[in-house]
Amino acid sequence: MIVIEGTDGVGRTTQIERLRNWLEIQGHGVVETGWTRSELMSNLIELAKEGNTLTRDTFGLLYATDFADRLENQIIPALRSGFIVLSDRYVYTAFARHAVRGGNAEWIHGVFGFAIIPDMVLYLRTDVESLVSRVISSRGMDYWESGMDMHLGSDLYDSFSVYQQRLITEYERMAEEFKFEAVDTVRRSIDDIQEDLRKRIEPVVRRTRKVDVSLLDPKPAEAKRER
Amino acid sequence: MSPMKSYGQPHQYPGRLIIVEGIDGSGKSTQLQLLQRWLVSQGHTVFFTEWNSSRLVKETTKLGKRNRTLTPLTFSLIHATDFADRLFYNVIPPLKAGMIVLADRYVYTAFARDVARGCESGWVRKLYDFAIRPDLAFYFKVPVDVSLGRILSGRAKIKYYEAGMDLNMSQDPVESFSKFQSKVLEEYDRVVEEYHLTVVDATAEIDEQQELVREVVSRTLANYQPRWKDGQAQVLRGGDSVPGTLGAKSQG
Repeated sequence: MIVIEGTDGVGRTTQIERLRNWLEIQGHGVVETGWTRSELMSNLIELAKEGNTLTRDTFGLLYATDFADRLENQIIPALRSGFIVLSDRYVYTAFARHAVRGGNAEWIHGVFGFAIIPDMVLYLRTDVESLVSRVISSRGMDYWESGMDMHLGSDLYDSFSVYQQRLITEYERMAEEFKFEAVDTVRRSIDDIQEDLRKRIEPVVRRTRKVDVSLLDPKPAEAKRER
Repeated sequence: MSPMKSYGQPHQYPGRLIIVEGIDGSGKSTQLQLLQRWLVSQGHTVFFTEWNSSRLVKETTKLGKRNRTLTPLTFSLIHATDFADRLFYNVIPPLKAGMIVLADRYVYTAFARDVARGCESGWVRKLYDFAIRPDLAFYFKVPVDVSLGRILSGRAKIKYYEAGMDLNMSQDPVESFSKFQSKVLEEYDRVVEEYHLTVVDATAEIDEQQELVREVVSRTLANYQPRWKDGQAQVLRGGDSVPGTLGAKSQG
């Protein structure tokens, strides 16, 4: 169970795509799971966001529902079957969003108490300046990623900067609390970051033993001749 | 902030929150309706809200039932999500406005039902830590066979989740209902003790029960100062039918 965490627009998706490719080339089965991507909840979260009506605690619970559904129907079955699960965001995203909105940490931790502890949390570290230019030059700023519900600034840009700074601060705090593996992304190329990620993941996914070819069926020639 | 095995705080709002609990077929909704009539006739402004009526819960549980993907955990969380939404939109604003809020089912439903489904009791109670405590909570206590009789002889058929059909206790809805609701009743007994709910014998005559209910409510309202009581009594209903009636602006 490998988690890639980091704030909006830090480049998680690109990195995960490449990690998956790399792992599959090595012969590993890979299942990807992503925030709000459960069958049960994805439509509803979008619905709720459109309406712009949910409050902080409600959002926390909605995220927990989505996560629980993916955990039970996707993540745990995949892990049991020996897949490597690559998770785009994890419970820490809910913790961070809850915290910057002034929520009670103990409560939200308790809500997600059913979550399993990942083998590794890779945290893509950035700063607001790098984030701003990256987001503007790619897909633009979005209402929720700018924390517009919090009324932090008069326009999208101001709000984005303040909100993302708060999120980053919270991520940094959690990096210590939950022992994230921090991977710096500032002024580094995608390839460079990918290289770094692979180096850290490699020991976790390394197969400890070689397959014994003699166990193959059909049996080797001598065994057949004995019959 | 608050103790582990507890939820919520007593509220400081000018309004009053009165809730009813009980299994399906306990007659709690009838009693709440009668209470509402009386309160309105007394000139109070009453805000009525019920759980399970929201589009969020209806659509997701329908989906879950069709695909059989809802587990006790997701079932519990969906209801908590819906409850939170309802609390912030349909309970707190009218309480702040000084109204009497009547709620058909409250957190205790989750404490009994989700735990009977196998969720950990401490976890469920902490889940609802954000909820406020009602000023008065009635529990309409009824044996399973009586509630089953009322449901079968009356209105609708047994509901899938109320019968705990997802738990595979029995293929027969009636048998499954009996088994599951017996567990729910056991949990309700624990809840009653823990949170001091006012127990009403729901096998008694309707008017007898209502008399008792009104008596207890009168006492609870002894120090209640209505903001307006000018003969313009009315009932406001929460839920999806009247979106944004109240408090749409007051939420941050």
